[in-house]
Amino acid sequence: MDTSPTREITILPGRNRRGEPERFEAITIRPGDTISIVGPTGSGKSALINDIEVFARNDTATGRTVLVNGEFPPEEFVRDPAYKPVALITQNTRCLADLTVAEFLAMHVRSRKIADDGIVERTIALANEFTGEEIRAGARMTALSGGQTRSLLVADAVLIAAAPVLLLDEVENAGIFKERVIEVLRAGGKAVIFVTHDPLVSLLSARRIVMRDGGVERVIEPLDRENEALREALRLDGILHRMREEIRAGNLITGPVGA
Amino acid sequence: MKLAVVAGPPSAGKTAVVRQTIRSLLDRHRIVYLKIDVVRAFEDEELAAEFGIPVRKVYSGDLCPDHAGVMVMRDAIAWAEREGADLLLVESAGLCLRCSPYTTQGLGIVVLSAVSGTNTPLKMAAMLALADIAVVTRIDLVSQAEKEVFRERIREVNPDLDIVETNAVQGTGMRYLLRAIEEYPQITDPDTIVLRGAPPLGVCTVCIGKTEIGWQHHFGVVRRLEDADYLFRGD
Repeated sequence: MDTSPTREITILPGRNRRGEPERFEAITIRPGDTISIVGPTGSGKSALINDIEVFARNDTATGRTVLVNGEFPPEEFVRDPAYKPVALITQNTRCLADLTVAEFLAMHVRSRKIADDGIVERTIALANEFTGEEIRAGARMTALSGGQTRSLLVADAVLIAAAPVLLLDEVENAGIFKERVIEVLRAGGKAVIFVTHDPLVSLLSARRIVMRDGGVERVIEPLDRENEALREALRLDGILHRMREEIRAGNLITGPVGA
Repeated sequence: MKLAVVAGPPSAGKTAVVRQTIRSLLDRHRIVYLKIDVVRAFEDEELAAEFGIPVRKVYSGDLCPDHAGVMVMRDAIAWAEREGADLLLVESAGLCLRCSPYTTQGLGIVVLSAVSGTNTPLKMAAMLALADIAVVTRIDLVSQAEKEVFRERIREVNPDLDIVETNAVQGTGMRYLLRAIEEYPQITDPDTIVLRGAPPLGVCTVCIGKTEIGWQHHFGVVRRLEDADYLFRGD
């Protein structure tokens, strides 16, 4: 099997729900890329990342094909998650594993044959950077909140799965610190693809894939043209973040809000 | 003719896997389908209506459905041959999971759902231990880490089991199951087919129809509760 590292993942077009060819030649994803997938609910955003996740070979409803390093990926990439270069954190993540957090992570570490004593603790510590509700090693996976589960799975994808490409389906809905997540993923040289309705997450991405009717409508590269919008989104997000923390702490917000 | 036996717990997605298999192989193979269930089953009618293939079903009634399947297997092969089939798909009822319906000269496919809990593979160990291929369904509903942990549990039971992960409704990943079916050898001699492992036996007097409770009414090889962790283990 070809075990060379994943240099790029290429999406080749399929068809939208009306049967028309999608409007792009190829979308290439490389390490360090940030891409957001945007469009109305039901426009096919999740189907696109599912196609990437399963390395579609014209065998899904969309008819897309996904290549790794320009070729059909080796069978192990598709069949054995330990070789898979992408990790998907789904929108409706509720972990069903009937294990404690530490047991779950230890089992994942074992399945990957990783010899690293501290990795479980480091994964929990990283997850706790993404969420305001502390995750404890002895908590049951099934008892974690959506935000805790999502934080833990992102941290797992970074440290244990160590996947070069992360697919995050509506990360903003889970009450996690999305800027911190993006910062950590960027610093780690990951390629990250966000399915998102969040303006800030979209503006922080270098490319935007616009979906309509089950197909890709176009791919936008804003370059620096959205700098002002990004600054404004960061400012507003900061205000909302502070309000959220105040409200969470049980306080009344009566003073000036726009810092 | 090839034989494939599809087993697994209720609601694991066995019929969805069978449906995808028929849909994909129908243009190259003449397929017939046998459903074994206890009192009611509709899968045969649905698949006949959808694909126009010959189907049968058998109700096991008071007999264990997996035992019923084994009893009728030779008849089913003869029926499939009369129909001119080159692939016989047998779907079990999937109930107690303490035994395994797989035979020699047939591909053993176990279907289990990714959302059924981490310990499920351990609870259906007999069925996993004797299968050739495990199809894990509803893979779209779990995360990467959970998939890997679930696979690890399957491997604990049977390290050699071929694993196919699928969203069976969409049919993703099914190409590996289809390839396994197509590459599996034909039946060489139906009269020499045997079960791959010994099933749990009818070892107590309840099994032969006595309704009384307690040891004083019963006899046989079953040990008392205090005598052993297992009441009975076949060799």
